[in-house]
Amino acid sequence: MKTVRVSIIGFGAVGQGVAKAILSTKETLIEQGIDLRVVGISDSKGSEINAGGIDLKRALERKKQKGTVAKCKDDALEIIKNVEHEIVVEATPTNIKNGEPGSSNMFAAFGSGKHVVTSNKGPLALRFSELKEAAEDNGVFFRYEATVGGAVPIFNLIHEALAGNRVIGIEGILNGTTNYILTRMAEERLTYELALKEAQELGIAETDPSYDVEGIDSACKLVILANSVFGRAATYRDVEVTGITKITPEALELASKNNYVVKLICEAGNGTLTVAPRLVPKKHPLAVGGTLNVASILTDLAGRITISGKGAGSIETASSILSDILYIVRNS
Amino acid sequence: MIVSMTLELKDIPGQLVLALAPISELHGNIMSVVHQHEEKTPRGTIPVQVTFEIDQGVLDELIEKLETSGVGVARVGEERLRSSVSVVLIGHIIHSDIGDTIDKIDKTGFAEVVDLSLSMPAIERTSSAYLVINAVGIKELKKALEVLREVAAKKELLMIEPIRLNSEAA
Repeated sequence: MKTVRVSIIGFGAVGQGVAKAILSTKETLIEQGIDLRVVGISDSKGSEINAGGIDLKRALERKKQKGTVAKCKDDALEIIKNVEHEIVVEATPTNIKNGEPGSSNMFAAFGSGKHVVTSNKGPLALRFSELKEAAEDNGVFFRYEATVGGAVPIFNLIHEALAGNRVIGIEGILNGTTNYILTRMAEERLTYELALKEAQELGIAETDPSYDVEGIDSACKLVILANSVFGRAATYRDVEVTGITKITPEALELASKNNYVVKLICEAGNGTLTVAPRLVPKKHPLAVGGTLNVASILTDLAGRITISGKGAGSIETASSILSDILYIVRNS
Repeated sequence: MIVSMTLELKDIPGQLVLALAPISELHGNIMSVVHQHEEKTPRGTIPVQVTFEIDQGVLDELIEKLETSGVGVARVGEERLRSSVSVVLIGHIIHSDIGDTIDKIDKTGFAEVVDLSLSMPAIERTSSAYLVINAVGIKELKKALEVLREVAAKKELLMIEPIRLNSEAA
């Protein structure tokens, strides 16, 4: 039996999803000879630490009832540096201005010789190459499947399954909120404002939707993709971004009459990074509806490969995080 | 130049090769062949549409060669605008002078706006337009898009272009 100790830094929707995913796969993992233990959880109010393994069911209940997992005052950095474990799951919210607290947490983890698995886009969109270097210098893994496309295994597909291929370009829909709004506008001939309101009522869009609808979220994900796949050192400021706020139902109708849908497309290739609304032929594999995400990868050997799936959600994102954790377990 | 020809073949084996051979002999580059075996002409011949790139100077020689070998040349035409792209514009399209927007493309000499649909929901709301631009080739089409991009930026119109990777890689 291989015992692997994990900390969960940030216990919001994603952190809790990770706890649930670990709980539900516990037996399967033990059958595979892996004993996955969470030894530390921290949220903005405090932490729970247990070297023998935290009772995740209770931690989740406490979070639900009291709004925090806190049993002690220790903060994230104390857990990362002082509690003995192998993998830090960094699941604090994305901060696109300075990447904190994610960046500090990740650098601290690398500095103390711990692997990092993250869903946090901020640090990667701002300081990808520094983080990658810090991981390499310390001989630890840095995995971030959950940062782009939620449950859709884009990095695994490109780096593992398509190993040896040269990626010529990538095109995709990497933001479920805008896809939902555009899909509803086209289907019901809603104005942008109405479709946004509906998305907000359903919890698909935030109260302040600008991060999604202005294309910033898409740009961050595109930067992470480009840096990881093309070895670039781009930041999200290098992306030419156009959002969806000016799109009219009439434009969607005109497009539809001519067999097109309009989607907010992320595009990397030919040295440029662009996020913009684009015409997509209705029968094209990129023309997925609802909140789905999709990525079409053009390579020299395999040609075009397209994958699609759920781009957000607590358990869906946790799926990618769990997969990264298990990759590290199997390869270290 | 790019030429589109309608040829008429006798309904016996080996005619298609007979029709295409002279084109390659004169260093023509065949781009497409549409052969409709089930659609006979009233004369009992089979029409074939061939599009190819060829030096203008040998065109007459080609027609002569085809006719001596028994292939009928029913129509010869120059295919000028071969590449096409669809674009959607959103904004104050009319008030920013749609005529001028179209002119900027047409004036290039290598591209034209060949289709335009407009939708104007209400006076105070922005309008939307769907445009089809044709150009003599892919390179020219890209240039035409650049022209339109500049015009759209100046007139504060949102321009929605087709996905790129798909068309470029194809």
